[in-house]
Amino acid sequence: MALRELKVCLLGDTGVGKSSIVWRFVEDSFDPNINPTIGASFMTKTVQYQTELHKFLIWDTAGQERFRALAPMYYRGSAAAIIVYDITKEETFTTLKNWVKELRQHGPPNIVVAIAGNKCDLNDVREVLEKDAKDYADSINAVFVETSAKNAININELFIEISRRIPSGNASAATVKGFKLRRQTSEADHRCC
Amino acid sequence: MSAAAAMSAAMSDAAALSAGAGQARIVHARIVHARIVHAQSYEDLTGEVEGDTESMEEITHDFSKLSTQLSVSGQSHGDPASPAEDWYRQQKHVFVLSEAGKPVYSRFRSEEALSSTAGVMMALVSFLETEKNALRSIHADGYTAVFVRRSPLVLVSVSHAQQSEQEMAQELLYVYYQVVSLVTGAQLHHLFQQRPSYDLRRLLSGSERITDNLLAAMDTDPSFLLAAVRCLPLPPALRDTATYCLQQAKARSLVFSILMSQQQLLTLVRRKDHYLHPIDIHLLFNLVTSSSSFREGEAWTPVCLPKFNPSGFFHTHISYLSHEPELLLLMVSTDREDFFTASDCKRKIVERLEKRGTWAALTEALTNSPYDAAQVGIPELRHFLYKSKSSGLFTSPAMAAPYNTEGEQKRLVSLYQHLHGRAHCSSRPLTTVYHMGPRESVLAWVTEAFELYVCFSPLGSKSSAVNGVSRLLRWIRKEEEKLFILSSPTY
Repeated sequence: MALRELKVCLLGDTGVGKSSIVWRFVEDSFDPNINPTIGASFMTKTVQYQTELHKFLIWDTAGQERFRALAPMYYRGSAAAIIVYDITKEETFTTLKNWVKELRQHGPPNIVVAIAGNKCDLNDVREVLEKDAKDYADSINAVFVETSAKNAININELFIEISRRIPSGNASAATVKGFKLRRQTSEADHRCC
Repeated sequence: MSAAAAMSAAMSDAAALSAGAGQARIVHARIVHARIVHAQSYEDLTGEVEGDTESMEEITHDFSKLSTQLSVSGQSHGDPASPAEDWYRQQKHVFVLSEAGKPVYSRFRSEEALSSTAGVMMALVSFLETEKNALRSIHADGYTAVFVRRSPLVLVSVSHAQQSEQEMAQELLYVYYQVVSLVTGAQLHHLFQQRPSYDLRRLLSGSERITDNLLAAMDTDPSFLLAAVRCLPLPPALRDTATYCLQQAKARSLVFSILMSQQQLLTLVRRKDHYLHPIDIHLLFNLVTSSSSFREGEAWTPVCLPKFNPSGFFHTHISYLSHEPELLLLMVSTDREDFFTASDCKRKIVERLEKRGTWAALTEALTNSPYDAAQVGIPELRHFLYKSKSSGLFTSPAMAAPYNTEGEQKRLVSLYQHLHGRAHCSSRPLTTVYHMGPRESVLAWVTEAFELYVCFSPLGSKSSAVNGVSRLLRWIRKEEEKLFILSSPTY
């Protein structure tokens, strides 16, 4: 079975649940008292997609201001970016729009953008309407789902949709020359082992 | 070079008192026994003293308000539920301000409400500075407020614990280094140079817990007091094997590789001519223990090591090799885009450790750590700290009963702090201190080569303590190879 490596990074405001989404996807676990990510965290998970194996190389970045300048290092090498906002906090949706702008300006040209409205289990205190977010996502041709890392809603679906969107054999097309924060190509790996 | 002037001021209605030119001026407030300690510079102290009276009155008024607020905490009040009451009741507050008087960090939060207090603190500092003096501390009503100036920051600690001024200042320095470690010294200076009124809180938001964790650790972990790193006891052959594994996984961008477990150092491999200061190691240990976010996956985070190089960030690869028992690998790299090289080194290290039973032996050693004071075989011995000055490492057994609760641990550490303060008092340093208390006897012995702090049962005598110390030293010498890292390995 063919193995494809898909580089994905998560972006978004602090506290929206980026790490929780990754933990749910990778470990199928949830910690309500999770601490804010410091720097960035790298995890992998391999899933089967149709007749292929997709290995997700996931960069979970910190949302805090202090690490803001490091973000390009992670999205530059990515085939897809998941931008997360918290449906109960309007301002995180504003931050999301800024991320989209930044990706359009400085990100790799063919990067797949996925928008995840997290904490959809907290519908009672919602501040961002699903329709508004969906319309916005459509307007920029982005994947859109509302997720709940807590209740495991739409987490796998989010990654499946990314698998579907990243064109075949294009997994590393987004790689910028001279960029080192990436795994060596698989052939190079075989050579040195 | 500078004369330290300590003055006790009695209660006085006078808001301010100007003592003629060439002398220090002190602020008299309506505080019982306020003592302001400051260093007076040797520079000629002349200049306008008149006309300051009004602003001084204001400062004095604000200060007495601050003092009243703080002294409230000493008394018990009827409403324990109120968060404001809780805030005042804390034993030690730590504040970081910018030179413009903007709050940067407050240990127990509510910086917003503190803006005015921060203003007062800054006013006090700058008031004395206009006369080329530096405010070191204020003693009032059982409280000690210590001020440390590290441009562009001012750090203040307000405590009513029995802790020496010197040690409070030392703790504040750690807090300063912690801030530098988060943003780098270069960036810190640059930001405030560009805009003196810069609000650093924006940049530090989300990182408060790291500083919180450091301050909490300083109450229970004697590492900071000793400015030494606690070494995890390991059979020498096992340590050598672990070191070898780190040495073999080298890369051009790697500067340091560290194995640690529960704030203890297993081994450290460094690049030739590069040394890691104990303070930098403490900051690294504090970083990894302050967040659960490192527990899964591989983390890659910028860290400034202020003692090694305050001008820039290093990038640290952090990963747990095992959770139970805890084993962490830290690799410090100079290249922020070299994550996968570090990740590859990690893989190699794990592979090597798993070979030839090293992993099993290591797991066993970690499970049995820390060792028990009873192992030393001295009946009255309860606990000790032994610092080897040349290596900057120390060894210490587990804090067993009766020191197995957090409260008792804090008490024991504060006893050690007290001893340490006596031994290192700048005006009258002591080489040996023996103190017999109702609950334990403690002894300190400071020499050129080592520092020893011992806690005995209160039932023993002074001579049995002296006898115990020589037996303890013999034991440490015998176990030295196991207790300490005697070499300083490089890649």
